[in-house]
Amino acid sequence: MLTKRIIPCLDIKNGRTVKGVNFVDLKDAGDPVELAIHYAENLADELVFLDISATEERRKTLAKLVEDIAQHINIPFTVGGGIASVKDVELLLKHGADKVSINSAAVKKPSLITEIASQFGSQCCVVAIDAKQIDNEWKVHLVGGKQATSLNLFEWAKQVESLGAGEILFTSMNHDGTKNGFANEALAKLSSIVNIPVIASGGAGTKQHFKDTFILGQADAALAASVFHFKEIQIKDLKTYLLNSKIPVRL
Amino acid sequence: MKLSIIDYGAGNIKSIQFAFQRLGIKAQLTNSPEELINSDKIIFPGVGEASSAMQKLQSTGLDQLIPNLKQPVLGICLGMQLMCHKTTEGNTNALGIFDVDVIKFSNSDLKVPQVGWNAIHSLKGDLFNGISEGEFMYLVHSYYVPKYVEAIALSNYGNDYTVALQHQNFYGVQFHPEKSGRAGEQLLENFIKLKV
Repeated sequence: MLTKRIIPCLDIKNGRTVKGVNFVDLKDAGDPVELAIHYAENLADELVFLDISATEERRKTLAKLVEDIAQHINIPFTVGGGIASVKDVELLLKHGADKVSINSAAVKKPSLITEIASQFGSQCCVVAIDAKQIDNEWKVHLVGGKQATSLNLFEWAKQVESLGAGEILFTSMNHDGTKNGFANEALAKLSSIVNIPVIASGGAGTKQHFKDTFILGQADAALAASVFHFKEIQIKDLKTYLLNSKIPVRL
Repeated sequence: MKLSIIDYGAGNIKSIQFAFQRLGIKAQLTNSPEELINSDKIIFPGVGEASSAMQKLQSTGLDQLIPNLKQPVLGICLGMQLMCHKTTEGNTNALGIFDVDVIKFSNSDLKVPQVGWNAIHSLKGDLFNGISEGEFMYLVHSYYVPKYVEAIALSNYGNDYTVALQHQNFYGVQFHPEKSGRAGEQLLENFIKLKV
């Protein structure tokens, strides 16, 4: 039976790990390679690295970090942040990334999804969608949640699937950083309208929240950062708890 | 021990090279027929779309070379699928080493592609030495090999299906041993230790 995935997310700035609370103030939570090895050895199913640096040499720095990570870990990992072209994707995959996640660039140029999928395969193309619920409607946001668009979350999700995305990583801006649980209602709706895996992100605070997102939200995977980085939840304990709740996990 | 990874422009070959590096084994990337023929063990990787990968093999003549290799060859993911008779992806005639066809997951209850860690069972032969029944491996795929007489491992996604197969010196795995933690590394070590 296919298991539900637990995915720690590492935000990277200038080669260091950071985690934003509501995407604004940042805390340092360690060295990315060391953290990655720690997670790979402690039952993480995958890792996501999100680069939020904005320097000129960011592409080079990131490619070097990706190669360093690929040499050291034996589980799959996704790299995202500022990816805007097929060339960016090629560089990261060539240095050992398994998947890339694209966000703003996909909204600005949807055909990028198809270009990535046809050149490297859908399996490596994760489309990240940040959305905020405003007046009962889920609106897609860009630039780490700062810029609203007119796109509806569910319509956009269906579109990215048809363009060739392999997975959707959905972050609820209303839930991110709150530790009050995932956006399960929206997640369940997403899962029912697309046929590709959906990764839940934003709001993890307790083990129960993960259970809820797998059952109520029908998520295929759940992503979290600070609860793992600050050791509030150990992945092994979380998986034991999930298994006791009859949720299939790799333990 | 000379280990080669077939470099034909289809796939995440660096990850496989790094996995062997972690095991202390040097693997060279090559598409030279001479280098391949003179290798002790060969990895045939592959990620992406079947018909374009097959075209890449044809344009370099590797489609003629691979089925005639005499040493142990391990196909991974799309590499394994291309060792089959044909695949419905892009309606592609493949290498025909395994006499079975590759088809798409079509059960409407299933997310496609299958992405993640799934348990493997009905394990047979030396490739799975030290790997337990029910061990988890990492898979990403939309097309699959149904249950088949030369299967040496099965998994279940909707139904039981083949995730590893063997025909003479040819081995294929649908999962990614280079991304499947310690169990995957064990399989790569087992492949290196296979007696010819």
